[in-house]
Amino acid sequence: MSENFNLEIILPEKILLKDQTTSVTIPSFEGDMTILKDHISLIAILRPGIIKIFGSKKAEYFVEEGAVEFSNNNLIILSSTILDVKELSRDQISKMIDDCKNQLNNKSGLDDKTNYVISHKVDALSRINL
Amino acid sequence: MPSLDDLRRRISSVKSTQKITKAMKMVAAAKLRRAQKMAEQGRSYSDKMDVIIQNLSKAISDPSNVSKLLAGTGEDKTHLCVVMTADRGLCGSFNTNICKLAKNYFNEIIKKSKNLKIITVGTKGFDQLKRNYGRYIIKKINFKDKKKLSFRDAEAIGQEIVKLFKNKEFDKCVIFFNKFKNVISQIPQKQQVIPAMKNDLSSKDLPTSYEFEPEEDEILDDLLPKNISTQIHKAFLENSASEQGSRMTAMDSATRNAGDLVEKLTIHYNRSRQAAITKELIEIISGAESL
Repeated sequence: MSENFNLEIILPEKILLKDQTTSVTIPSFEGDMTILKDHISLIAILRPGIIKIFGSKKAEYFVEEGAVEFSNNNLIILSSTILDVKELSRDQISKMIDDCKNQLNNKSGLDDKTNYVISHKVDALSRINL
Repeated sequence: MPSLDDLRRRISSVKSTQKITKAMKMVAAAKLRRAQKMAEQGRSYSDKMDVIIQNLSKAISDPSNVSKLLAGTGEDKTHLCVVMTADRGLCGSFNTNICKLAKNYFNEIIKKSKNLKIITVGTKGFDQLKRNYGRYIIKKINFKDKKKLSFRDAEAIGQEIVKLFKNKEFDKCVIFFNKFKNVISQIPQKQQVIPAMKNDLSSKDLPTSYEFEPEEDEILDDLLPKNISTQIHKAFLENSASEQGSRMTAMDSATRNAGDLVEKLTIHYNRSRQAAITKELIEIISGAESL
């Protein structure tokens, strides 16, 4: 399997996942990007969205923020807020969406960046179909 | 000369102390295993974060307009020291070691007539520092009523520090904690978190040319505050493993000391008892002889 590269998802408390995979889609701050083997070395930060892992074991995680480094076919994802999509319930999601919408409506003084982040969170959450 | 009853009472009191220290040792050993695992697992996050930041700072072409969290304010006037200790005692020299290291550093700063600001995390550190350095302490934080520290707690402290920095309250930030090496040795450490740039840039390894998304400085603006929380969280984890390890060794030697003491007292007790018996016998014999 020469098309594989190493993937590590690391939380502050533990290593969530350490595996080989063929392709990963990450919600980078400026747009989703898919990483394949031999991608150019990259450092990026994440906005709220879904990390999709393809390959032998498929998985999807919802993240709110994080950092990504890819070098020498090692992809490292650091995030302190990560949720397995499979473990999310519909109620949880709708509650999170409501919270975000409240934030958007209540605080008029939000700067552009926070606005951008929260609206993406709503967007990503509402696209999760269980 | 204590009476036999006194001795007996002392022996039983030492024995019950021994029971307590033994139980504490067991509890510490169980907690240590968990804390050690967490500390080891938590290391990878902070290490990787550090690597990314160092890689980023190498890639920066123009260091003059980079985030101040990375490069510093350019001044070296006010130091903020975050002293992280335990909330509970009875753990050997754990708290004292951190405070000793911190005090040395404080004295150095005061001698150079720089400003000093202290944040204490954990009640024990505050207790030890308040007498001599009470007027420098700007905030004390403790987690006495919390069982487990999460990343969110570290984040709260991190945000506090960043806020102070943004208000230009200090130029440099140093944290003090114990690094867990193994059960019997914990090394008190001082780590500079602001500015995050390391001076000893090992320029030997060629920096890989990275692609950045978004721009370097935007990434840094996002990552640097997180890095502070991460370092504090790491210090939490290391500290809690060290605390349990230190408590375990302290309680182990306390149990052993209590055992020694019981042995000594028992010998003393037996001798006194024997002496009393002999004395009574002599009295009886000499009484009988005089008849």
